Amino acid sequence: MTVIERATLIGKRVPKMDAPEKASGKTRYIHDIDVSGQLWGKILRSARVHARIRRIDTSRAKALPGVHVVLTAADVPDQRPIGVNKDHPALKGDKVRCVRDEIAAVAADTEAIAQAALALIEVEYEDLPVIADPEAALAPGAPVINEKHADNVAMRFDYAHGDVAQGEAESDVVVEDSFKLHYVTHCCMGVSGVIAEFDASGNLLLHSNTQVPFLHKREFAEILGIDPGRIRIVQPPIGGGFGSKLDIYPFEIIAVYLARAARRPVKLVYTREEEFLASPTRQPVILRLRSGCRKDGSLTFRSVETLHDNGAYTSWGATTPFVMMQTFSSLYRVPHCKYHTTVAYTNNPYAGSFRGYGNLQATFAVESHMDKLAEAVGMDPLAFRLRNAQDPGEVTGQGMTFKSCGFKDCLRSAAERSGFLARHAEYRAAQGAGGRVKRGIGIASMLHVGGGACGTILKLDDFAHVTLMTGASEIGQGSETVLAQLVCEELGLPLSAVTVVNNDTDITPWDVGVHASRTTFIAGNSAIGAARKAKAKILAAAAKKTGVPEGELDLVGGFVVRAASGEAIVELAKLLRGLHFSDKAELVMTTHYYEPPSVHQDKGFKGDVSAAYAWATQVVEVEVDLDTGIVKMTKVTGAHDVGRVINRLGIEGQIEGGVVMGQGYALTENLVIEDGRVKNPSFRDYKLVTAPEIPEMDLAFIETMDGEGPQGAKGVGEAPAICIAAATANAICNATGVRIYELPFTPEKVYRALKGVAPKVAWRTRAAA
Amino acid sequence: MSRSVEIEFRLNGVVRRAAVRADMSALAMLRDVLGLTGTKYGCGEGECGACTILVDGASLNACLLFAVDCDGREVTTIEGLANDPAAQRLQRAFAEHGAVQCGFCTPGMVLQAGRILARAGQPDRATIQRGLEGNLCRCTGYKKIIDAVEAAAKERAA
Ligand code: FES
Ligand code: FES
Repeated sequence: MTVIERATLIGKRVPKMDAPEKASGKTRYIHDIDVSGQLWGKILRSARVHARIRRIDTSRAKALPGVHVVLTAADVPDQRPIGVNKDHPALKGDKVRCVRDEIAAVAADTEAIAQAALALIEVEYEDLPVIADPEAALAPGAPVINEKHADNVAMRFDYAHGDVAQGEAESDVVVEDSFKLHYVTHCCMGVSGVIAEFDASGNLLLHSNTQVPFLHKREFAEILGIDPGRIRIVQPPIGGGFGSKLDIYPFEIIAVYLARAARRPVKLVYTREEEFLASPTRQPVILRLRSGCRKDGSLTFRSVETLHDNGAYTSWGATTPFVMMQTFSSLYRVPHCKYHTTVAYTNNPYAGSFRGYGNLQATFAVESHMDKLAEAVGMDPLAFRLRNAQDPGEVTGQGMTFKSCGFKDCLRSAAERSGFLARHAEYRAAQGAGGRVKRGIGIASMLHVGGGACGTILKLDDFAHVTLMTGASEIGQGSETVLAQLVCEELGLPLSAVTVVNNDTDITPWDVGVHASRTTFIAGNSAIGAARKAKAKILAAAAKKTGVPEGELDLVGGFVVRAASGEAIVELAKLLRGLHFSDKAELVMTTHYYEPPSVHQDKGFKGDVSAAYAWATQVVEVEVDLDTGIVKMTKVTGAHDVGRVINRLGIEGQIEGGVVMGQGYALTENLVIEDGRVKNPSFRDYKLVTAPEIPEMDLAFIETMDGEGPQGAKGVGEAPAICIAAATANAICNATGVRIYELPFTPEKVYRALKGVAPKVAWRTRAAA
Repeated sequence: MSRSVEIEFRLNGVVRRAAVRADMSALAMLRDVLGLTGTKYGCGEGECGACTILVDGASLNACLLFAVDCDGREVTTIEGLANDPAAQRLQRAFAEHGAVQCGFCTPGMVLQAGRILARAGQPDRATIQRGLEGNLCRCTGYKKIIDAVEAAAKERAA
């Protein structure tokens, strides 16, 4: 008897399936694809921040040899505005509102000719007053930026549970501070690009790096006034996403307009400078936080007000309050909480979604206050947090229900591994002592949600090779490999037996896109559902063929086996071939649609929005040079409640990458915008963290085995970037006794703060002032 | 448009000629004229290392090199390493150690790592980190890339 050993891939270090291809330079990104007959598109952007366009003359550009089409807003009369507020035409006509504004576009034989043509377009502007500050935008009588919003308010959010006045009355300690969070940008190593082509029947094929192909398809159909069924989106491998490709942007629409006008395929790829100028940023925020607690350390209330700079048009950045309020209301147990946000139009660039989606900003403020309150009541930062941390089973004021919750384990694990308490006390005691370099340690935690639904189609061929068709795109995060692992686990097959197809809307089932750390959880459950249906079908067929009852069969190592003994009964491939060639030919092809058991928020933003919640605690250690203000991040200890580790290699990589992205947010990255202009659109002046600067990283996984998760797993993609800046602020304070309320912690800012010459951020809404 | 110049050089072991504009970068020549897209454009100004190539054995940013300056020299791109055992060792190590995520920086990293290993037999971690300083990666946080280079160095020694 041949016994087949059961082998599992779950929790192992599984190399990404596409790694060999990528490491050998064979992967074709959007930049590497050329289609025959293709023209190059280029966009002319505004030379002014806020101005009326008096005149555009494209005649000289049109006359340049090699130029096929030059378009302005006048050539596309009925543009349908895009964006969250539908306030954004792709080509701007009579007015420009920020330096990104697209006012003309060229399609030419080569990139160089297209570029040369841009220089020949004449534009006459009439300057308008520039509003570069959201506070100024809200002042009575401020110039209007977007005609449909005369008060310059793009959005408002109001959230409350409990009664903060009562909470305040019950408090022994109350603290209040303002915080200021800056612009950073995604810096995907592969710049943005798209190829648009129409076939002879007018069907549109887009080669696009969007993270939301199905939503895109619908939007494009509306923009072009055609049936969505005539649009196909193919996604080549992507050179980094991090949330940047979650919205539809003018360049994509412009490429389509150009292709339609030229009747030729058009490829449009950004330069790095253009990427800095025109791709989305993280949402900048001014935030005022008032929090209180009792002497025993229990939180009493939290009252938050934020002002968001919307920029000139509304993209996803404006909706980050959805996520921010979850941290305010539910990271810790807060009986009374109030949150108000105003999102104000300005002439600045607009923010999009960016890994963590508002949570870095909210966590920065909340965790700074957790340290301040702990200090005020004489508790150590860990004990104070444990006193207020959520437990499994908790239903929060916002209506979230934490089925699995490893928060306290995260706190304890990160603190223990890093020797947090002893070091914190030691560094604190050393604050007053001499020495140029001070060491500090800080702690911060986070809660993050995930959601959406996902479909899977799964097919087995007559060699027992599986094709998994999923709407969940691979954006470098390794979802492909994780999904394949989950399917292999169900069907007892090696990883090499699976191909994942996830990049073509004509093939893959509908999906809401890659975001909100949702792929492992949602797409994973969907893939498992499809695989289980396939397995049931196979075992039923095997039972019929062999006479062994279904319940006693299993799939292991490419064979149908007796579940109890592992004895091989029939090779899976052979069984499948038998099915295909029998007179009642049958294909093993299944579909599954997974919708998580979460509920939509009500009007007051309450509801159990996520089927599972991810938790993490990170401890950051720093060295602060008192003479230069240079902060060096020496070590990060992270404890992550990931439900269960599916691919250890992949999850470590996600977390390490997130930690270093958080390090950049905290210390080096700063997109400087002055009077609406981007001052540092290059890697020379926008400092990403480099290999020698990374901290030592020690990661622990808390496996809470979420009941709803695929094999118990929860999402993790966004979590690691979220607490780093907050923990760094606490570490700097532990090292020096000085708290800084504004990011990033550049040497200059830190030095000034240490010398006491930095003005403290002080912001109040007009209503409160 | 500036006029074209005819150059001759050895590319990935094969002598070849190309007609290039005087203002064209080696990166543009490789990608747009010769169709070798493994060398990536990340910034075009020598800041990211995505365009790393080897010229007469030294690693250079192809975006900063004029195409005409390749004349008479020996140029190696990621495609040219397909049969190189040292590069294969590195590529395997990158995959096994999880050093590849979106992969956009990877060809440049592999070439640069190859140079680090060629220069120092058994580089320590700090040497590897310094050697990779000019290569940006937004996805991995570098740790697994450093792990991979270290592992490839050990494997070579073994
Ligand atoms: S493209 Fe050459 S260094 Fe960035
Ligand atoms: S793997 Fe994406 S930039 Fe390095």
